Amino acid sequence: MSADAPSVSACPACVAAPAAEAVAERRAAKEAGLVLSLPTAHCAVCISDVERTLATIPGVRSARVNLTQKRVSVAAAPGVTADKLIVALKTIGYPAHELDPGLLSTTETDRAGRDLLMRLGVAGFAMMNIMLLSVAVWSGAEAATRDLFHWISAAIALPVLAFSGQPFFASAYASLKARRLGMDVPISLALILASSISLYETFAGGHHAYFDAAVSLCFFLLAGRYLDYRSRAAARSAAEELAALEVPRAVRSTGGVETIVPIAELAVGDLVRVKPGARMPVDGIVTEGASEIDRSLLTGETLPVRADEGSVVSAGEVNLTGPLTLRVTAAGRDSSLHRMADLVAVAESAKTRYTSLADRMARAYSPVVHIMALAAFSAWLYLTGDLRLAINIAAAVLIITCPCALALAVPAVVTSASGKLFRKGFLIKDGTALERLAEVDTVVFDKTGTLTMGTPEPIDLAAHPRAELETAAALAAASAHPLAGALSRTLGEMGITPAEVTDIREVPGYGIEGRLNGKIVRLGRAEWVGAEAAEGTATYLATGGAPARAFTFTDRPRPGAAEAIAALKAAGKRVILLSGDTEVPVARLAHDLGIGEWRSGQRPDEKAARIASLHEEGARVLMVGDGLNDTAALASAHVSISPATALDAARVASDIVLLGQDLSPLSDAIRIAGQTRTRIKQNFALSLAYNAIAVPVALLGFATPLIAALAMSTSSVTVSLNALRLK
Amino acid sequence: MEMLALLIPVSLFLGGVGLVAFLWTLRHRQYDDPDGDAHRILGDDWDDHPKP
Repeated sequence: MSADAPSVSACPACVAAPAAEAVAERRAAKEAGLVLSLPTAHCAVCISDVERTLATIPGVRSARVNLTQKRVSVAAAPGVTADKLIVALKTIGYPAHELDPGLLSTTETDRAGRDLLMRLGVAGFAMMNIMLLSVAVWSGAEAATRDLFHWISAAIALPVLAFSGQPFFASAYASLKARRLGMDVPISLALILASSISLYETFAGGHHAYFDAAVSLCFFLLAGRYLDYRSRAAARSAAEELAALEVPRAVRSTGGVETIVPIAELAVGDLVRVKPGARMPVDGIVTEGASEIDRSLLTGETLPVRADEGSVVSAGEVNLTGPLTLRVTAAGRDSSLHRMADLVAVAESAKTRYTSLADRMARAYSPVVHIMALAAFSAWLYLTGDLRLAINIAAAVLIITCPCALALAVPAVVTSASGKLFRKGFLIKDGTALERLAEVDTVVFDKTGTLTMGTPEPIDLAAHPRAELETAAALAAASAHPLAGALSRTLGEMGITPAEVTDIREVPGYGIEGRLNGKIVRLGRAEWVGAEAAEGTATYLATGGAPARAFTFTDRPRPGAAEAIAALKAAGKRVILLSGDTEVPVARLAHDLGIGEWRSGQRPDEKAARIASLHEEGARVLMVGDGLNDTAALASAHVSISPATALDAARVASDIVLLGQDLSPLSDAIRIAGQTRTRIKQNFALSLAYNAIAVPVALLGFATPLIAALAMSTSSVTVSLNALRLK
Repeated sequence: MEMLALLIPVSLFLGGVGLVAFLWTLRHRQYDDPDGDAHRILGDDWDDHPKP
C-alpha cells in the first residue's frame, strides 16, 4: 500500500519546486495503490463495468472490486491519479470517492479475522471427526473398541483445543489477572476440566468421555466470536473509511511558488491559497482576494457571508466564488476545528458508559455457573465420598451450562440486523448502537444538511418576466456560486434560453456583471445591484432602468424527511428541531414537515445543553445532525446518526452513518433496533430454558456426553435460527 | 469389526484433506469478499478463458 497519488502540484511550473519533487519521489518509490469507495456498487454488472472501465485507463495494471466492502483497489503506474479514475467511473454512472489507503489498515484487521477463522475451521473439522467416533460409542461400542475410540478422540481433541481454545484462555487469563470474572473464565474452565477428566477416564477405561462436547463447545463459541468480530470489523472499516474520505491537504504559497502540503505541516504565518469550492484548511485572515464563504457546516446559517481582505475565516468553512489567500493564524491543534473537537471530548466523557445486554448477562451468569458446579461437586463428594464421580458431575454441569448459546445470542442477532440496516443505507459504527437506538423516545434533528439537502433551490421563478429570466440565465451560467448554479440549472430545466449578454465577468464576492443591449446588467448581492435586501436567501438582478428583482431561494428538504418525521410521530416519538439558522427558515421548515417543537439560532454548546437537559428529564435522545455545530450534541446524545455528507468530525462523533440521501428508512432503523433487542432477549431466554432443563439432569448425575452434545447443538442452532427471523 | 482398522484411518484422512483444503482457501483470501464472489460467478467476463 502506498499513499494515494493526487496531482503533485497545481501548476506545471511548480513541479520544479524541491518540496513537490520530494513528495513525488517518495510516492514513486512505492507502488501506486489506490483505493476508491464505491457506495452504489451492488451487482455482477457493476463489478464487470467498473473493472473493465478502469482496466482501459492507460497505466492501470489491475483493478479489483470488493463488493462486501464496496471498494475498488487499483494497482497503477505512479502517474495515474485518483481524480482520473473517479472521472472515468462517474461517466459510467458510479460515484466514487478516494480513500486514504494509509488510514485503511486492512491488512491488520484481516489478520485477526483470518486467525479466528482458521481456529474455527480447525475446531469444525476436529468436531466432525470426533462426533463420527462418538456416535459409535453412543450407539453402544463396548470395552476395547470404546477405549480405542476414546484414545483417537483424545489424540484429535487435545491439540485442537490447545490451538483453537487460545482466544478464550488468553482472555480468561487477562480477566483473572484484572480480578474479574468474564464469560471466558467459565468457558476456559469447562474446556480444561472436560478434557482433563475425559483424558483421565480414557486412561481408566471409563464410560464417559466429553471430548466431542469440549470440541463442539469450542467450535460454537468460536463461531459466535467470529460473527462478533465480523460486525465489529465492518464497523471499524466503516469508521476508517469515513476518516479516510477527506484527504487533508492544503496549497501553501511560499514566494509565489505553490506546493501541496499536508495540513499538519502548516505553521502560523504561512500563506495558504484556497480555491473556490474548497474548504478552509486552517483558521486565518484573508490577505488577498474577495469571495463569499459558506459557514453552514459550522453554524447552520444558510446565507453565504462576504469575505475580503482582513476578514477572519475559520477552518471548515467553504470558499464559494473567488480564490483567497489566507495568512494562517491557527493550524492543527489550535484551530477552531480542534476547539470544537475538545467540546466533543468533554461531551463524550460526560456520557455514561453504556453496559450492553450481553455484558449485564455475563456479569450475572458467570458466578451462578461457578457456584452451581462447586455446589454439585461438594454435595456429591459429601453424599458419596467418591471424588471421581463428584468431579465428573461438576464437569458435566460446567459443560452443559457453558454459555454456548449465550455467546451466539448477541452476535448472531447483531450480524443479521447490521446486514439488514446496511442494505437500507445505515452503517453501524458502534456495537451497542442498536441496543441504544431501540430505547430512543425523542428524536432531535438539525436543519441544514440534515433535514434539508443544504443546497438552495430557487422558488417562484414564474413570477418574473421572461426577458429578465433570460438575462439571469445568461449571467448565472457564468458563475460557480451555488445560488447562481442552482438558478442556472432550474432555468435550464424550465426551457429558458439565455439572453445574449456580452462582456460577462464575475466580481468575486459581489456577483456577475455583463452588458445587454448596451446596458450594464448585474446579478448578485443586494447592495451591489442596488436593491432592497429581501428576507431569506436571495440573489438580485438589476437590468438598468427597471427596479432590481429578487430571486428567492429555499433549501430543499431531504427526500424522505417528511415521511421519516410522520413515521416517527406515528411511532409515538417526540420530534424536536434545533438549528443554528435564523428564525424564518427554521419556522418555515418546521411548519412544512410538521414539527411542533423547534428552536432557532442555537449555538453548538446550547444544542449540547438542550440534549443534556432532555436527558435529565429522563428522555432517551437520538440526535441526527451533520455540522460541526452538531458534533457536541451528537456526542452527548444517547445515540446519534449523521449523513455521509456530514463533516468528518460529525461522522466520527456519531454512532450510525446514513449512506444514502433518503431519510425515510430512519423509522425503520428504530423499528429494526427494537426487534434486535427483542430477539437478543428471546435468545437469552431460549438458552436459559435449555439450561433449565439440562442443568437439573446434570446436577442429579444423569448427564451423558450424548445429552451434553444434544443440549449444546440444539440450543446453538435454535438461537441462530431465531436471529435469522429478523425482518 | 476388522473394517474399522481401514475405515478409521480413511475417515481421519478425509477429514485431514478437508482441513488442508480449508486452510488453502483461507490463505488464498477466498473469504475476503463473499458478496463479490457470489455475484462474480454470474458474470460472463472470463467464461472463455481464465483471467490471466
